[in-house]
Amino acid sequence: MKQGFRQSMAWLHTWSGLVVGWVLFAVFVTGTATYYRADISRWMQPELRREATVTPETLAASADLAVAHLQAQAGAARTWFIGLPTPEKPLVELFWRTKPGAAPGHVLLDPRTGAPAAMRATRGGDFFYRFHFELNLPPLWGRWIVGLCAMVMLVALVSGIVTHRRIFSDFFTLRRDKAAQRGWLDAHNVSGVLALPFHLMITYTGVVTLALMYMPWGVTAAYKGDQFAFFAETGQITRNRPAAGQPGTLAPVGPMVRQALATIPEPLERLTIANPRDANSTVVAVFEEPHGLSHEHPQVAFAGTSGDVVEVLSGGLQPAAKTFTTLVGLHEAHFAGAALRVLFFLCGLMGCAMVASGLVLWSVARLPKSGAVPGFGWRLVHALNLGTIAGLPGAVAAYFLANRLLPLDLAGRAEWEVRVFFGTWILVAGLGAWPAPRRAWRLSLAAVAALFAAVVVADAATARGLWDDPAWFLGFDAALLALAAGFALISHKIARYAGPRRARRAVPEPAPRMEAA
Amino acid sequence: MTRPLTLNARAAVAGRIVLAMGGGYAVAALATAFLSLTLPMPRAEAVTAATLLSFPIMVAIVVVVFAARSLGRAAAIVGAIGLGLGLALRLVTGSFPFGFGS
Repeated sequence: MKQGFRQSMAWLHTWSGLVVGWVLFAVFVTGTATYYRADISRWMQPELRREATVTPETLAASADLAVAHLQAQAGAARTWFIGLPTPEKPLVELFWRTKPGAAPGHVLLDPRTGAPAAMRATRGGDFFYRFHFELNLPPLWGRWIVGLCAMVMLVALVSGIVTHRRIFSDFFTLRRDKAAQRGWLDAHNVSGVLALPFHLMITYTGVVTLALMYMPWGVTAAYKGDQFAFFAETGQITRNRPAAGQPGTLAPVGPMVRQALATIPEPLERLTIANPRDANSTVVAVFEEPHGLSHEHPQVAFAGTSGDVVEVLSGGLQPAAKTFTTLVGLHEAHFAGAALRVLFFLCGLMGCAMVASGLVLWSVARLPKSGAVPGFGWRLVHALNLGTIAGLPGAVAAYFLANRLLPLDLAGRAEWEVRVFFGTWILVAGLGAWPAPRRAWRLSLAAVAALFAAVVVADAATARGLWDDPAWFLGFDAALLALAAGFALISHKIARYAGPRRARRAVPEPAPRMEAA
Repeated sequence: MTRPLTLNARAAVAGRIVLAMGGGYAVAALATAFLSLTLPMPRAEAVTAATLLSFPIMVAIVVVVFAARSLGRAAAIVGAIGLGLGLALRLVTGSFPFGFGS
């Protein structure tokens, strides 16, 4: 590496980008989908009936009903989580944790009857949300892998910026008529540079969301590793109240809910009940974030046995803590209204395009000369490129399709949807082993387009009678059709595209070696 | 890369990767611990600010490792920064970081 700063950064950009590109593509696609997590969940449970308003009485009654259910079903649990009904999702959602490592319990209740809600079992948009930072692996493994890839992406972004001599004119450069490699380089530059502030923001803030897991050493040094104490001192969570070790009886939570609602003027989102059968039990009412960028939930903590308020958290963060919560808020974009959300979604798609075009650029720049047999490395990258770039969207479509086609009473239905997701991914990725690379791309992308179109057909055929708001469901289906059309168009372009060969014949010398390849 | 790499060159690249990951993380971790204890603000604020800074610090170290003229030079730079931070932390806490040497 006896070369200039720019060359060493170009090398770093090429190879760091390639090594983590496949994971990053999956993280970008599922993260972009997560901007519409609630909508995806709603589409995947068409039985859900929304309500105009949720009254304080409903909230209080729902909390009492939830606690009764948890006392009966999850008495041994250390912590109960109660998601309260909202107009968009008028259901009571219960989670409970019994011991570390064990899978949490989960049930959805109908607040009117107290019985489990009659809806198809699915993980909905939550599957994409968790995949986005855990890759469906054990949480610790998934989070470290994604964090490592995000750090490499930060390095790739910084080195990519350094590599650009003319970052401003790259905004306006897309030379589709030149050699294929030029076209891909320009596509990579346009998608990378145009949304560069977004890419930098989303990568850095993504690492920040799990900062204390990746970089716990500040807390180790200053708090002897006590993260609860740290978060409580910054004002992000209420103070930890350790269990007394003596049994206690939880007071009715309905009055606590009413008092919390009278204290904080935001919609109430959930209750957390720690050590529910201990003399020192704690009930925390967590509210939605007030208007603004920052990710900070107002909270009211009650002593569980007496129902007395022990702490109220509402704003007033110090500058560094406010910076931290604002960075997390920027990543989650809960503040974004409909129009801004579309913009975030489009920026996310640009991120997908940047990663995908970078991966394709690597293999196009190293395309074997005609007649030559591609080496193992090239074939491996090609297969992984196709398996990820076509395979993952195909898997997403199949996940939606399974939601509409699997029998409603199938045991383990939600798990089967996930199995279909991965099964389809493997099937589409298998096409990458096809000996003719261009045909493999064409076929796999056409298959993805067909799958998305099939989702819309299946939705109209099986679920039309359930739509509570036909215009909304038609809008969702229109978005799926737009995806299908996009993939069909790319597949068609690949079939018709004859650029690279002609360009190579016209220019006997290979295209000048470019900065980013 | 079209030109074949010698074994030496490959080893140097592997060395840089290990140095960038291990050294980069170690320097970032030491800097976070050091700044958490020394930044002139309340304790919770110092820890938050130091943790937020740790990731740009790590990226900077990785860039330095790959931009340095040779692996040895990169190792010397990272080692010097790490040693300096470790000694500074020793002065602040009165013991070596993370139980080393205690």
